[in-house]
Amino acid sequence: MATIRSTGTVVIDVDACKGCDLCVAACPVDVLVMTTDEVNVRGYPYPQLLPGCVGCKACSQICPDFVFQVYRFETPVEHEVSDPPPESSLESSEGVQ
Amino acid sequence: MTTRSLPIIESTSAPTQAAKLVDDFTPGLINQGAHHLCPGCGEPIAMRLIMEAVEELELAQKTIAIFGIGCYTAYSNNLDVEVLQALHGRAPSLATGVKRSLPDSLVLTVQGDGDMVNEGLQEVLHTMARGESVTCFLLNNGVFGETGGHMTAATVLGQRTKNSLEGRTAQEHGYPIVISDLIARLDGAAYVARGAVNTHTNVARTKKMVKEALAVQTAGLGGSFVEILTMCPTGWFVDTLDAPDYLNDNIEPIHRFGVVLDRSDDSRHHGAGR
Repeated sequence: MATIRSTGTVVIDVDACKGCDLCVAACPVDVLVMTTDEVNVRGYPYPQLLPGCVGCKACSQICPDFVFQVYRFETPVEHEVSDPPPESSLESSEGVQ
Repeated sequence: MTTRSLPIIESTSAPTQAAKLVDDFTPGLINQGAHHLCPGCGEPIAMRLIMEAVEELELAQKTIAIFGIGCYTAYSNNLDVEVLQALHGRAPSLATGVKRSLPDSLVLTVQGDGDMVNEGLQEVLHTMARGESVTCFLLNNGVFGETGGHMTAATVLGQRTKNSLEGRTAQEHGYPIVISDLIARLDGAAYVARGAVNTHTNVARTKKMVKEALAVQTAGLGGSFVEILTMCPTGWFVDTLDAPDYLNDNIEPIHRFGVVLDRSDDSRHHGAGR
């Protein structure tokens, strides 16, 4: 088990999205991913949130379709995740080889 | 290479934990967030930062926005400020009349490069040369987006458009007009800057330029002008994700980012009509 801390979060207006990917490229902590097998009512893929958001507003400021509402937590929220963080998992897989 | 398999966080409603709202879906001065502009368009991002700047400076009650004609005209009936619609290219002249009759108002124009640099180049040049205390915004994407994506006078050499499919050439189409540098040569202009909306850091930089331009107008120092480079992935024939880099690699080397002219510290400089 590993713990990832979020100091912020976003509310995503899924049906407003046109799937342009600008938010995913803008996010400095890489916590936005586009859907690969689901689309919204307009037929576009849309972003989903992973643990680790810092509430920096990069996504909301770059989004042409006003999809994001950004919050900062008063006390950070911790998420228990089953997978280890990517760096340590990369090291362990190299160790096996 | 391991793939990252983190849990998706439910994000369709506001958080239940104590949290502070730092950015809402749409800025307070834009009525309706939904629009019919293309995916990846830079113009809503530019409209957002302009209206956020007006709101943060607490100037909404005295603002009169004057729109040219282009894709961004979708916002002319969607703002919570007074709006006038100009004929194609004539927004700076209309702004002159409004500002001279209502000198205490904050008058800003929103035009595209087709509207300003092709259709109404003389209007903006004369307005800035006279030093009218108005603020002109140019959303420059290098194409006439609304009427199909053909070349404008600001299209850079080599850029593909609907009527320069092999790229604009100097021999066939002539050279582009670098409008901000042209306006910065005019004595009436007090503040000229060029920003962009291709990254969130450039959005923040551009908002500072917009605020500075509005402050120059409020101080009556002369004409203020901010050019904002915006993405048009549809008109550029590129993917939405590639458009910010396309802007950076192809357009920015000609239309350079930064403050081109700043006379806001020069107390001897003053605008006309005040």
